[in-house]
Amino acid sequence: MAKNTAASRRRKTIWINVSFQSAAFVLALLLTTVMLLAVGAPPFQAYRSILVGAFGSVGDIFDTLIAWAPLLLTTMGVLITFSAGLWNIGIEGQVTLGAIFTTWILRLLQESGLPPWLIIVLGILAGIVGGALWASLAGVLKTFGGVNEIFGGLGLNFVATALTLWLIFGPWKRPGTGSMSGTLPFPEELWLPAIPGFRLSPWALVLSFIAVVVVYFLLRGTHFGLRLKAVGKNMRAAYLLGVPTWQHMLASFLLCGVFAGLAGALQVTAVYHRLIPSISSNYGFTGLLVAMLVNFHALWAVPVALFFAALNIGSVHLPIVLKLDSSLSGVLQGLLVLLVLMVEGARQRLMSRKIIPAEPASGEEVQS
Amino acid sequence: MDVELRDIHKTFGKVRANVGIRLHVPAGTIQGILGENGAGKSTLMKVLSGFIHADQGAILLDGRPVVIHSPADAIRAGIGMLHQDPLDFPPMRVIDNFVMARGGSLFPGRAAARRDLKKLAAQFGFALDPDAYVDSLTVGERQQLEIVRLLWLGARVLIFDEPTTGISAAQKERLFAALRLLADQDKTVLFVSHKLEDVEGLCDRVVVLRQGYLVGEARPPYTTRQLVEMMFGKAISIGKRVPCAVGETSLRLRNLSVEDYRLKVRGVNLAVRAGEVIGLAGMEGSGQGLFMRAVAGLLRTTGGRISLDGRNLTGRSHLVSKRHGVAFLPASRLEEGLVPGLDLTEHFVLAEKKGGFFIDWEGGRALAEERIAEFNIRGTPASHVEALSGGNQQRALLALLRVSLRLLLLEHPTRGLDIESTIYIWSKLKERCGQGTSILFVSSDLEEILQYSDRVLVFFNGRVSPPLEAAEMNTDRLGELIGGKGWPEEEWVEEMTADG
Ligand SMILES: Nc1ncnc2c1ncn2[C@@H]1O[C@H](COP(=O)(O)OP(=O)(O)O)[C@@H](O)[C@H]1O
Ligand SMILES: [Mg+2]
Repeated sequence: MAKNTAASRRRKTIWINVSFQSAAFVLALLLTTVMLLAVGAPPFQAYRSILVGAFGSVGDIFDTLIAWAPLLLTTMGVLITFSAGLWNIGIEGQVTLGAIFTTWILRLLQESGLPPWLIIVLGILAGIVGGALWASLAGVLKTFGGVNEIFGGLGLNFVATALTLWLIFGPWKRPGTGSMSGTLPFPEELWLPAIPGFRLSPWALVLSFIAVVVVYFLLRGTHFGLRLKAVGKNMRAAYLLGVPTWQHMLASFLLCGVFAGLAGALQVTAVYHRLIPSISSNYGFTGLLVAMLVNFHALWAVPVALFFAALNIGSVHLPIVLKLDSSLSGVLQGLLVLLVLMVEGARQRLMSRKIIPAEPASGEEVQS
Repeated sequence: MDVELRDIHKTFGKVRANVGIRLHVPAGTIQGILGENGAGKSTLMKVLSGFIHADQGAILLDGRPVVIHSPADAIRAGIGMLHQDPLDFPPMRVIDNFVMARGGSLFPGRAAARRDLKKLAAQFGFALDPDAYVDSLTVGERQQLEIVRLLWLGARVLIFDEPTTGISAAQKERLFAALRLLADQDKTVLFVSHKLEDVEGLCDRVVVLRQGYLVGEARPPYTTRQLVEMMFGKAISIGKRVPCAVGETSLRLRNLSVEDYRLKVRGVNLAVRAGEVIGLAGMEGSGQGLFMRAVAGLLRTTGGRISLDGRNLTGRSHLVSKRHGVAFLPASRLEEGLVPGLDLTEHFVLAEKKGGFFIDWEGGRALAEERIAEFNIRGTPASHVEALSGGNQQRALLALLRVSLRLLLLEHPTRGLDIESTIYIWSKLKERCGQGTSILFVSSDLEEILQYSDRVLVFFNGRVSPPLEAAEMNTDRLGELIGGKGWPEEEWVEEMTADG
């Protein structure tokens, strides 16, 4: 009986949450509209153009899906560090390092005579290792060096970008001169198989869905996930309850790096087929936004990440169609996060969330 | 100022914290507000001071209805509150904390504020150093700072929520003198407590809350029995001292030293037998906290040796000692003991982890239900710990302990709890002693120390007495030692070495 009421209560809070968040969404849309009006752009047309850009043709839909996969992966990674109370801003760099490691292995092995599928698998594994290594660097700086993970992450992001540029214009430059368009593309047999005629690789989607399921269960049903949460919410109490705290923080960085590295590996093997300067495509930062929106619920990330991917892809056409900058999608995303966080704050103020069972009025306590 | 509360109602979810409370306090009165934990005292006071909105009801000051929506409104109307759990004190200087609340164009300049601070403090006999850092003050000194600050902001009604927890006997005397002086200056004082002796010795009149209702009032001379009956609906007594039958030596400390930037505790020798209870007495910050945390493996020792059941635990982390049967329960339950945001089931699963990757939630819930029943916690497996009352949080902490323990270290195990909870918690602890667990506990309640310890260590300014038989002590003697009186020059140290 007690369980039923608890479940129905939980369902009720979920619906309250959803309605508050929808309100935030409408507000974000309104504010963006006001902003568009202020700069003299037709808002309706702008939204239409984003929609058409994201879903107007099969190609557009596939492009949106292509962006969806790495975004889901980075979101999953960030959710893990969030649970441990850590702001893994360094995720951009971790994606980048994943891409670099994958490129490195593919370059090493492309003439080795190994079967292409094996090279691809090894390349992806290398990407995962790269991401994890870069993340554990931020983790070590945090746990042993006392460097806040935000600063450490920012620094490492810069290093990762510099490293990419150096590789593209230095050791890995195209024959002749290096160019911003990246390294020489890999031969087609080293591409992750795609739907014929398009760049969309079902493998990338499958891997990212697996990631969602894994993180969902990790955070919800495992001792590790629960311990991460305890560390994130109250490190000292977690320690006294027997949780080795720094080990868990480090592990959360490492796992986040795994997902980020995988995202980077997929950018190389499935999307660009080479290393380009901005290989991480801001999926790390966007993943942080998505994670903030979904408030630890891995499954909610699926639709929200799709929406964000659609916004990004859809706004690519804005400059051409309406002479608007494509950063409009960023404006909308940023506003959305801000408003959702604000509305969440308001909700917590409005409702006292602490619910404890009714206490019988009589002195029923049996003591001493 | 004359304060009147009319028909105050407040519910939290399903908990009725205040039900139709009426209270009228004339100026110049010390009004006691008595009630066991969770009775609704803090809630009522927070309503008056603007921290909580009543669902219903009115507040009248000098007969005029006022609207109080925030603590700022309250202080503007002349109402100031000292909280039960002192709100965060950031690392700032006393003088900064003092002027902080008054910004804007009213800003009087630091020099003037410093003068005011000194003058007000002198009036009450408080020794407040304007340049000391707030986080280095004792609980009692923080209270003094708050009193002075609220008066400076123009408070004419002062609310004290459980001000006697965590302060020394001497500080309590000074506090009471200050409260009497406030009343003489025609201020209205609301004094919240669950301790009978405080209320009896101080208040001009008392009302008693029970489970949200105002169930009665009394005027001096008070009869303890009557007050207790109003609080609990039945009379209870603390009971007789029960010394434990004690066994072999379990914990052995040799020449243990530990220090922080303020204080050095040097060369403690102690042999604790299985099932023995050792009380650590002393004013807050005399070294007992350092000592306790060092034994727990939470602080690095600077010398000496800790061994438990013959196993050397010196320099090992708390996680290691925990594996060997040591547990530490901190005084700040929500800051260090429990994880706000997690529910009871999650806590039991965390504490109980036996291996395996996936959580058996069914099992966890069953365990939670079992322990909730066993420890009489008012809550469900899905209750978040921050929604429990202090007494129930403490019960939860006890319920989270491993089944078999060798050494249990407790900081203020019953601070802020009512008599009933105190008795209950000690009955649970004594049960553990019966199973061979040794207990070390810190408390500022001398009676608790004498009541429940077999031996007592007194701390004063980093000095540690040899273990003293509790049965041969009384509160007067203990009080003297805590205050630094009656310490022999050096010979105790010798005696202790011989003992170890
Ligand atoms: N913010 C809150 N949210 C939910 N319940 C609360 C809150 N504050 C107090 N309560 C509940 O209201 C009751 C009265 O609490 P309180 O006024 O703190 O009691 P007291 O100060 O007399 O110990 C308790 O059952 C407590 O758990
Ligand atoms: Mg209270």
